[in-house]
Amino acid sequence: MGKIVAVTGNEAVAEAFRQVNPDVCAAYPITPSTDLMQRFSSFANNGKVKTEMILVESEHSAMSACIGASAGGGRVVTATSSQGMALMWEELFIASGTRLPIVMALVNRALSAPLNIHGDHSDGMGARDCGWIQLWSENAQEAYDNAIQSFRIAEHLDIRLPAMTCLDGFIISHSIERIEYLDDALVKNFVGEYKQTNPLLDVDNPVSYGPLILTDYYMEYRRAHAEVMSKVKGVVLDVAKDFEKMSGRKYGLFETYRLEDAEIGIVVLNSAAGTTKDAVDMFRDKGIKAGLLKPRLFRPFPYEEVGEALKHLKAVCVLDRADAFGASYGPLFMEIASSLYQYGQRPLMMNKIYGLGGRDYMPEQAEYVLSDLVETAKSGKIKTIREYIGVRE
Amino acid sequence: MSTQTPLSLKELSKKEILLTGGHRMCSGCGAPPVVKMVLLASDYPVVAANATGCLEVSTCISEFTAWKIPWIHNAFENAAATLSGVESMYRSLKKQGKIDKEIKFIAFGGDGGTYDIGFQSLSGAMERGHDMLYVCYDNGAYMNTGIQRSSATPFGADTTTCPAGSSMPGGKQQQRKDLTKVMAAHGIPYVAQASPSHWSDLMKKVRKALEIKGPKFMNIIAPCNRGWRSQTNDAIALSRIAVDTCYWPLYEIEDGVTRITAKPKEKKPLVDFLKPQGRFKHMFSPENEVLLKQAQEQIDKQWERLQREEECSAPKS
Repeated sequence: MGKIVAVTGNEAVAEAFRQVNPDVCAAYPITPSTDLMQRFSSFANNGKVKTEMILVESEHSAMSACIGASAGGGRVVTATSSQGMALMWEELFIASGTRLPIVMALVNRALSAPLNIHGDHSDGMGARDCGWIQLWSENAQEAYDNAIQSFRIAEHLDIRLPAMTCLDGFIISHSIERIEYLDDALVKNFVGEYKQTNPLLDVDNPVSYGPLILTDYYMEYRRAHAEVMSKVKGVVLDVAKDFEKMSGRKYGLFETYRLEDAEIGIVVLNSAAGTTKDAVDMFRDKGIKAGLLKPRLFRPFPYEEVGEALKHLKAVCVLDRADAFGASYGPLFMEIASSLYQYGQRPLMMNKIYGLGGRDYMPEQAEYVLSDLVETAKSGKIKTIREYIGVRE
Repeated sequence: MSTQTPLSLKELSKKEILLTGGHRMCSGCGAPPVVKMVLLASDYPVVAANATGCLEVSTCISEFTAWKIPWIHNAFENAAATLSGVESMYRSLKKQGKIDKEIKFIAFGGDGGTYDIGFQSLSGAMERGHDMLYVCYDNGAYMNTGIQRSSATPFGADTTTCPAGSSMPGGKQQQRKDLTKVMAAHGIPYVAQASPSHWSDLMKKVRKALEIKGPKFMNIIAPCNRGWRSQTNDAIALSRIAVDTCYWPLYEIEDGVTRITAKPKEKKPLVDFLKPQGRFKHMFSPENEVLLKQAQEQIDKQWERLQREEECSAPKS
């Protein structure tokens, strides 16, 4: 049924957007997501999609226009990276607070200063509490699959929240991989017709979007947003089930790799999971019970499920590709620690910061982390709770 | 459109006011009459966007809205970008046959949301050619946050961030940004300046703008008695004096042709406009006479230039 192709991550997500065929796309170029939107613009200008392109003058206007278009009553997509996401920051909250199911590809890139164009997770982590759904992707296939599923999740009538699919800049966005595309008709059928809710363009039933809400009701609105967030994981799993039926590819809230009987484990997001899995295999070959957990749904974070999956380990190391200045630990570590805190008996935990600004994450680094975990599990003592790896100190 | 309501008070009075009463704008504010006139001028259904500001915070609070038309507020600096999104969705859905109505798009922003923080968004939306009308209601300062200077604040005005003080006796030291001209420089098909004192002129301009396809910009003076330190019953009178003194000339620039739409029979001295406003009070103390002179010179120069522009751009007969 599908088509096997050799494409980059950007190409794959652009293809997903083409197959979904949204009504409007507003975007502003920024490395490394530029190429994704260039490809999509080419689809628009060659009649491959019905999408109206809005070629705005900044990312702030990109998200502003997406908000206007989505409120108008149709399907809206965009893509960005790094500084672009930072410039959108104000609008991200307005998109989610207004409950608009905008879909975005975030091609992860480091934040300035110093200026750097390569892949790390500072942009996505900076936007983690903005009320959007975040799906993270290890490779081009996952980015393609997540992008398609994100429409169904965002637009679900119990949810109606914006969703971003995250993929590593350059490492995934610009590397060619073998991936399997679904047939156009299948994708079209999978995402279905867009359902309008209170469209601004319905002039016969006028609605006001974006009211001022002060002390009397603001808190209730935020509480309601949190309530909707709590329903997301159920929808993510339902959508994943349907997606598996269609594609044969299975998705959950996170992926576990050789984790069930493991004694030590690494938690890591996105592309570094691939390298880490190889290192896990190497240690398994040596008779060491190593495993891995790779979060997929990072917002809302599935604390209970992640805690259950990791609680039996003796030692866990969380790898963060983003720093949290002034906090003790990286953002992913803090989520994992929160997931495990409720258990009386819990694994020893450590945090390593790696790969900032696109620095390569090498197999030796994964091996170093696993060796550290082996030693920690054996001694019951943590040598260094938090350290930077692959850096000149 | 041939079936438009005639612009007579008798006919207009039969139309529904689309910004309903009961909103929380200050008594005597110039902005609501401007909005009502703009909406009254249209016989098309209108979808409006509103930048954060007095008009926005006072007309849609919590469970209430004063807007009887579809209305969207996003943030302070992006009414134009937001409306460009709505308008693009409209074009997309219309092309797909999902909407068949002819809808017009109007953005409202104060001078803060238009001249300053929203300038990039406005410039971008106009350059992209969206079929929309952007209306700036210009009250000459950030009134919503408490009368701070904007680039639309007139020379000499006392504001809370450029107060006339002992070491800075003159209030605002700089001239206003001439945004109407800046918008004209975008080469868009229609740009106009209007005043609620000249309601017929204002509404004619709105009508003309709505009949033209593409991006349009109107700058409309909207007195704020809180910021101008004037009376609550003088918004219309003050906007008339603004026109008569040529502080706020009424003109339009259509396809590059400038036309002054209401020439004062007798150009009144600027002090007639400044005197009733407490924000210029310090300019009338003897030691500040030079400020009054400077202010008058600026206005004279601008008026001269505008007249020359009208002359030069007139189509050759």
